[in-house]
Amino acid sequence: MASAPDNAPMHLHATHPGQVPDYIARPIMRVENVDVYYGDFRAVTEVNLEFGLHEITALIGPSGCGKSTLLRSLNRMNDLIDGARVDGEILFHGENIYSKGVDPIEVRRRIGMVFQKPNPFPKSIYDNIAYGPRVTGMKVESMDDLVEESLTRAALWDEVKDKLKQSAIGLSGGQQQRLCIARAISVRPDVILMDEPCASLDPIATMRIEDLMQELREQYTIVIVTHNMQQAARVADRTAFFTAQVSEGTGARTGVLVEYGTTTQIFEDPNDQRTEDYISGRFG
Amino acid sequence: MLANTTASDTEATTTASTGGPTTPSGRPPRSSLAGRARPGEAVIKLVLRLAAAVAVLTTIGIVIALLVPAIGFFREVQVFDFLFGDRWAPRFADASFGVIPLVTATLWTTAIALLVAVPLGLGAAIFLSEYARPRVRNTLKPILELLAGIPTVVYGLFALQFIQTTVFREWLRLDTGAFSVLAAGLVMGVMIIPTVASISEDAMSAVPMSLRQGSFALGANRMQTSLRVVFPAALSGVMAAVVLGISRAVGETMIVAIAAGSQARIVTGPLEQGQTMTGFIANAALGDSRVGSLEYDTLYAVGLLLFLITLIVNFISIRLVRRFRQAY
Amino acid sequence: MRTLQDSLAGAPTMPLKTGKAHGERRAGPLIFLIVLWLSLAVAVIFLLTLIVNLLLEGGSRFGMPLFTEYPSSSPDRAGARPAILGSIWVIATTALLTIPLGVAAALHLEEFADKKHWFNRIIELNVQNLAAVPSIVYGLLALAFLALIGVRDKNIVIGGALALSLLILPVIIIATREAIRAVPSEIRDGSLALGATKWQTTWRQVLPASVPGIATGSILALSRALGEAAPLLLLGALVFVSFDPNGLLSGFTTLPIQIFNWTGRPQEGFHELAAAASILLLGLLLLMNGLAIFIRNRYQKRW
Repeated sequence: MASAPDNAPMHLHATHPGQVPDYIARPIMRVENVDVYYGDFRAVTEVNLEFGLHEITALIGPSGCGKSTLLRSLNRMNDLIDGARVDGEILFHGENIYSKGVDPIEVRRRIGMVFQKPNPFPKSIYDNIAYGPRVTGMKVESMDDLVEESLTRAALWDEVKDKLKQSAIGLSGGQQQRLCIARAISVRPDVILMDEPCASLDPIATMRIEDLMQELREQYTIVIVTHNMQQAARVADRTAFFTAQVSEGTGARTGVLVEYGTTTQIFEDPNDQRTEDYISGRFG
Repeated sequence: MLANTTASDTEATTTASTGGPTTPSGRPPRSSLAGRARPGEAVIKLVLRLAAAVAVLTTIGIVIALLVPAIGFFREVQVFDFLFGDRWAPRFADASFGVIPLVTATLWTTAIALLVAVPLGLGAAIFLSEYARPRVRNTLKPILELLAGIPTVVYGLFALQFIQTTVFREWLRLDTGAFSVLAAGLVMGVMIIPTVASISEDAMSAVPMSLRQGSFALGANRMQTSLRVVFPAALSGVMAAVVLGISRAVGETMIVAIAAGSQARIVTGPLEQGQTMTGFIANAALGDSRVGSLEYDTLYAVGLLLFLITLIVNFISIRLVRRFRQAY
Repeated sequence: MRTLQDSLAGAPTMPLKTGKAHGERRAGPLIFLIVLWLSLAVAVIFLLTLIVNLLLEGGSRFGMPLFTEYPSSSPDRAGARPAILGSIWVIATTALLTIPLGVAAALHLEEFADKKHWFNRIIELNVQNLAAVPSIVYGLLALAFLALIGVRDKNIVIGGALALSLLILPVIIIATREAIRAVPSEIRDGSLALGATKWQTTWRQVLPASVPGIATGSILALSRALGEAAPLLLLGALVFVSFDPNGLLSGFTTLPIQIFNWTGRPQEGFHELAAAASILLLGLLLLMNGLAIFIRNRYQKRW
């Protein structure tokens, strides 16, 4: 679990269960010619991607390559930043989430998000889970059942079932992050976006989250941004490699998608020299 | 461990990928991302915005409330006579409306207050920012802030009963009457110490540590570092503190109404009594002046002058604060 | 010409103790430190003198009659009962008027407003400026407003509360904004990412998390209103009130006004009463400040 690049990603990948075909049979989201701007600054440019239903897609690349920016534009969290703008189309079930008449609130409910730092609300564990269904007006027969179901799916139920009324702030970092995952799935999204979900966790907690992702993919589509290449190799069906292009005139850094394919292909047989350099640890 | 293969493997079809709608298995199709109408939210946002607009309405209200009677006043009295006349006798038979006497009293009390508040406030700020350990600082700051929390009538009572009567007249046997601008100014100065100290301290604390370390690395001691590095770097913040102190002193009412006296005449020495602009407004309010009468309008003409002075001073202070916030 | 090597070679031979000449124990820095200490000492000694003086002057008059008796032309029979009740009425009304308004305005400015929009920038500048407008100007405003709507007797609870509300509104707005700003953006993101609306996020996450800060700021602002006299003076609160205020339209006087009144009387007995009432007022303010600090330390979350 060291952060230095492993020289034998193939070995790690050998145990990977999700051998997916080259083509995406059932896409759920599609990113078409997307540029993301912050004011005049173009953070990401010309991205074309597809996310397969019930697949895990990893977005990897060096810092500042725009992968988190892209992730935040997938459920319109970028709307909250002054001056942020998306050109191009992001299709969800074939519908452009940036077209007029689309409600960003509804987009965020259907496309959930887990953040880099666990961010439980300063409320009880129970209320953390019940919050989403309550605010979105979900028709719930039994909130208790929904809370149990969400926590069970996030592999946290056994650890917290006796202290649901206690504050979520008292949980360990790994438990907090699983609580945040439980919270995300409580509103029954189709897609879960994860922005470096293990960045602040220790190796054991990281492993538990990775195991959890494998279970979650049976029901959800997951897009994960990660700094950690081994993590991408371990969990993802497909991997997209981004890098930052430095403009010669202004020195501005703009993220570009270099290569996208099955994780096996990206790690074992990259088409682009930059990908190979990054995978083998020559930069980034 | 990582037991299952993906669901998509088993459900995979060979059709080429399209962006068309797909239905996740076992769930009803949800085709539209169109949102619900949320009229409640729009109403709430409007209410919040209106609440914020009250701040603007207050300013407009103040301007109108002061201007309308003041215009009435200036129909009767020449602006020049008001601003530069040296006799203030609005209630006399041969009424005179020269505001200079009120202004001199305000200048005296303000100047005395600043002479107290600026050195002591800056001394306190340098000590708290550059010398005090966190524990000392956390004890001293609330004590200092208590000074700002004492009601001004209590300060006024103290200025009149203790400073003027007991200290000046009984102990020091100074040649002074029942009131003096000195007693009012001194006490007002102490009241303003926390204002000057806390804003200056903010400015000094905002000076980056690296500047101090650079100075210490050259062998400078704390005094040299405080005076030659930190103080100049925090100067605009310190100026803002002083300017805000001026604004507080000019606008302070109860201390001067109680201890400075109520005779409007040009003040030539600190031991004389005098009526400040605020003191006049407070005193005139005690009389019964009808709306629309010249007395009532006089109140607002002085109020307008007071408002304009503090407004200018405040804008200077806001500018200065912005400058030190931008610098670091 | 000396080379660098020469000077380096020479350096160790210089006694390090010469540094002491510039050190902290030389006369200059020591005097400087003493001056700094003195500036704090003057402030603290002044505060102590004021309190001791009040206790000596007013201690003998601080008793039940102060709370139960009505004002009187004889200092031996006078008390501050209507003033105490008047202060309670005015401050409670002020709190009801100004806290919701101030919190709402702060929520708009922090959570909803486009900070670059000209309207919001004007509001912002206004709040900053209003915070430094002399209190007596608010009295002039309230007086003019009451005259405008045709109120003849302006010394009424709601009139005083109006003046004090506008006076402390900027203070409450500024304190609330700080409390709201202290709530980390991760909490907002977490809520919004679940499909909560901006208002739901504000109402259910941001506001509850900032309640301690808002409470602290509001109590401090109200304590300022409690000690304020100048604006009320303009409404004519300096009258002989010998009845208990009993409603928003009731006539009133307040503790600071009563103190001002007694201070201006010639008899020594009234000066003692003024000191006694000042002790009471200071005690109330200390209590409020203590409560504010307690709330801040007890409930404020460290994120």
